[in-house]
Amino acid sequence: MKVPISWLADYVKIEGNIKDYSDMMTMSGSKVEGYEKPFHEITNVVTGKITEITSHPDADKLVITKVDVKTDLLQVVTGAKNISIGDIIPIALHNSTLPNGVVITKGKLRGVESNGMMCSIAELNLTKNDFPLASEDGIFILPKDTKLGVDIKEILGLDDTVVEFEITSNRPDCLSIIGLARESAVTIGKKFELPNISLLEKGKGTAKDYINVTIEDYELCKRYTGKVITDVIIKQSPLWMRKRLRDAGVRPINNIVDITNYVMLEYGQPMHAFDLNYLKEKNIVIRRAKENEIIHTLDDQKRILNTQNLVIADGDKAIAVAGVMGGANSEVNNDTTKILFESANFDGVSVRLTAKQLGLRTESSARFEKGLDPYNANKALLRACELVEKLDAGKVVPGIIDCYKELPAKKIVPFRPKKMNEFLGTSIKEQTMIDILTSLDFEVDKGKMEIAIPTFRSDVEAWADISEEVVRFYGYNNIKASLQSGNRATQGIKTYEQRIRDTIRESMLAMGLMEIYTYSFTSRKVFDKLLLKDDSKLRETVVITNPLGEDFSIMRTTTIPEMLQVISHNYNRRIAKASFFETSNTYHPIKNEKLPLEKNILTMGLYGDYNFYSIKGIIEKLADTLGITDVRFVADSNNPSYHPGRCAQIKVNEDVIGTIGEIHPDVADNFEVPKRSYIGELDIEKLYKLTSVLKSYKGLPKYPEVDRDLAMVVDESVLAYDIEQVIKSNGGDLLQNVTLFDVYRGEQVGENKKSMAYALSFRANDRTLTDEEVNKAVKEILSKLDSEIGAILR
Amino acid sequence: MEQQLKDILHQVKLLASDVKSLQDIEQLRVKFLGKKGELTVVLRGMGALSKEERPIIGKLANEVRTDIERLIKHANDELVSIEKGIKLKKEKLDVTMPGQTYEIGKKHPLTLVIEEVENVFLGLGYQIAEGPEVELVKYNFEALNIHEGHPARDEQDTFYIKPDVVLRTQTSPVQIRVMENKKPPIKIICPGRVYRSDAVDATHSPVFHQIEGLVVDKGITMGDLRGTLEVFAKSMFGEDTNIRFRPHHFPFTEPSAEVDVSCWNCNGEGCKVCKGEGWVEILGAGMVHPKVLKNCGIDPEIYSGFAFGLGVERTAMGRFGIDDLRLLYENDVRFLKQF
Ligand SMILES: [Zn+2]
Repeated sequence: MKVPISWLADYVKIEGNIKDYSDMMTMSGSKVEGYEKPFHEITNVVTGKITEITSHPDADKLVITKVDVKTDLLQVVTGAKNISIGDIIPIALHNSTLPNGVVITKGKLRGVESNGMMCSIAELNLTKNDFPLASEDGIFILPKDTKLGVDIKEILGLDDTVVEFEITSNRPDCLSIIGLARESAVTIGKKFELPNISLLEKGKGTAKDYINVTIEDYELCKRYTGKVITDVIIKQSPLWMRKRLRDAGVRPINNIVDITNYVMLEYGQPMHAFDLNYLKEKNIVIRRAKENEIIHTLDDQKRILNTQNLVIADGDKAIAVAGVMGGANSEVNNDTTKILFESANFDGVSVRLTAKQLGLRTESSARFEKGLDPYNANKALLRACELVEKLDAGKVVPGIIDCYKELPAKKIVPFRPKKMNEFLGTSIKEQTMIDILTSLDFEVDKGKMEIAIPTFRSDVEAWADISEEVVRFYGYNNIKASLQSGNRATQGIKTYEQRIRDTIRESMLAMGLMEIYTYSFTSRKVFDKLLLKDDSKLRETVVITNPLGEDFSIMRTTTIPEMLQVISHNYNRRIAKASFFETSNTYHPIKNEKLPLEKNILTMGLYGDYNFYSIKGIIEKLADTLGITDVRFVADSNNPSYHPGRCAQIKVNEDVIGTIGEIHPDVADNFEVPKRSYIGELDIEKLYKLTSVLKSYKGLPKYPEVDRDLAMVVDESVLAYDIEQVIKSNGGDLLQNVTLFDVYRGEQVGENKKSMAYALSFRANDRTLTDEEVNKAVKEILSKLDSEIGAILR
Repeated sequence: MEQQLKDILHQVKLLASDVKSLQDIEQLRVKFLGKKGELTVVLRGMGALSKEERPIIGKLANEVRTDIERLIKHANDELVSIEKGIKLKKEKLDVTMPGQTYEIGKKHPLTLVIEEVENVFLGLGYQIAEGPEVELVKYNFEALNIHEGHPARDEQDTFYIKPDVVLRTQTSPVQIRVMENKKPPIKIICPGRVYRSDAVDATHSPVFHQIEGLVVDKGITMGDLRGTLEVFAKSMFGEDTNIRFRPHHFPFTEPSAEVDVSCWNCNGEGCKVCKGEGWVEILGAGMVHPKVLKNCGIDPEIYSGFAFGLGVERTAMGRFGIDDLRLLYENDVRFLKQF
């Protein structure tokens, strides 16, 4: 809300500097976004009268003029066409400044001295909206009675300061000069009273002679007030009004339209003016629109309405979309002689939905949708009539049209100073509270200990809201800090799950992976890029109905695409090698449930100088850290996103807890990542159940280990896992550890064969082992390796 | 004989001061102390001495032997230490050559901020609560006193899944879920991912993170809110930090405030970080609206509470001087390594 200080000063005088005022307003709850003098760039431009025009000796297109600026008679050379002797014009003197950083100095034009420049409206950053009678491209000719030698900003009213307020959604009453004047007065400690309005009412008859008004739907229209003006003369409104409208950001149009806008800004009550000559029936009905009813609005658009929309109709014909925009058929124009001023109270939600449906958000609808005070409608209406008389724009007809079924009574709530102080942690005196509330137009009944809330404050309902009213003027920063002394103690600890997640993160970091954060929504296109089958479960998604675009249209069911995008981003910036992890959610719809399943997933991504065993090692080390034993890796050639020969399911018991592998080369191409990129996915929620965080100490061995190395040749198809299983299950209690330390392929071992070398360690807890004992165990292992998988000892 | 012993000792002294290697020392030992060594030979002649002379010479001979042993050991030690010195000298390295590199992962700056805030509040006895990101309108709006027609519910601001399901626009619904399920005292913070329909640019992101806090118990005051946020601000931004409350409006708190901290960069003098204001807005806060308590089955006549929230991205940007929010989601290694 842009507020010219001069306008505010009609109701409350602001003294002192504007920064102090702004700070005080911000601290009392009306946040000042900024303030400026919109025309501060114009300096040293004054009014002058042209007293002489002679031709230039060396230039056909230039003339030499003498300009009287009261203190001096200046010679000015100009190329202007629209000037004549006696014209009063703005003249930029030597060393003057104009908007956009223009500086004017004296100089010679084709050899003749010129001591300034005559200005057009454009050069002063004004438009024909501000001064409709001014020439579009010629010099700005001022009225004949303009004083000479006076600063142009003073003459044109360009010297005002405009303060911009950010008004919160609960305070529609502050979307007005009156509302902010009331807040300002309380803030700076002055009195504010709404002035009484008295009208001459020189029009003939009474309003009801001209028009009949019926409300059909009281739910959507609580009140409809109107007054009739006859003998209307459409002209431009006076400079002071145009200036204030412009400073407040509204385009001046003509006196009647300007009055409706002026009152809207001043009282916060939107108004409308109908040309009565165009209302054939003289019978206004406020009703819901018919299905597919059509209206041409002021902006020359055809609008199709439905029964959710409220219209103002003349007889059968809609003439306005209530609270949103008037119809073209009853618009005030240059021939208008009789008007009806409308000042009504329409339902906020209905106006909001209608404005949204029509894609037509106006100054009017923006105010209505926040919920307005029905008691303000007639006040604003009278103010508009007062302005009509002041501007000599027509004759106000006596009598008022005022339709309503029932107006809401003032809310009465208990006054609870003790509760309020307990709640705020303050000891504000009861009288201080009463003083603040009274100045805000609340009525406090000390006997009954009750407060009557003003009707324009529908946001205030009970003691908590009233506490805020008091404390924002008492001073938020006068509340003393305290720390719940004497209150019940609570435990500041993380949950088991949170600690597991911390451990996972620490493990990832320790293994050199960088943590990343990526978006949770994605595009359906990624499923094809991941080569997912048509019936893949991952294609069942949570869909956003109003996404920012196709790329952000579904909630992700897999985190792989974002991981690959991050790899691609870095790879394309010539980073040769990197590893990442993310802990984040995937989202999966559940049948007959409103909310989807949100799975917490650990995703890992590695590229450059890594191999399958790098990612596998990360999982093994993580499992070890979490105390998860029995992790198995089972080859999986059916996952379409991974290399069919380099992918494994991570299993604990029979439960699949994740997948690791090299990304499928086609997927790598689709996401523009290097071929040998490795991805791991782990279901964190499944880890919670498997993890044993409570570690228990095992005694250190007292007796030495005996080590044996076994190298054997097996068929290429034999899995390391199978060999290990045979060794482990036949090693007996003495076998402590089995480690594969070498794999060799080559001529010496033969085609389709490989040599696998294992280090075995044996130990007993109660004695030093003898060679015989170990040999016996090894012999047993070897014989089973031979019989079960055909391993030949090398 | 006495003279012989003294001569031997003198000889040893001379030779010991001149040894060049460990072999020299061994030779010295053999020459004087060995089975056929000079001292041994002299001692064998002891038998020819008189009864009176024997103990005197015997004592002297022992002293000489001890001295010789000491001399030899000393020479040996000296030699060893010289040789060690030579060896160490040879092993000299260029310490200015680069160190071996170790890869260590880095926490994302958003994690750093979240953990920092969590740690402050864990220390104050808060627990960390979590909830779903895809949330019922009932929890995201209605229970929070944001009714149908409120601009926050507009499709321009909120992502809708169904008319009654949204991507949560704040972490406040977690507070509602906690209040519904737990009796006071409640002291929680809720960090999490939230969504708003903002196009991506240097200061906006449709996905971002919030941390909200909630305290509900008997006798909780707005002074407690101020005290708590003062402790928080000092922990995050330094002991000298001040805070300032500015009245504001949130549907779920009353009174509501925006909270500024004195600029950590210029201590309130005015600079680029605080846009010359001396204050930086970091939090929204207020007393939990009695209606919100009631919505969750908590009697506002008995209990009161406060709530606060901060944007993680904005805090991270301020803290680390990050000028473009997009960097946080781009995950360029050269960016991530800096934290
Ligand atoms: Zn600063």
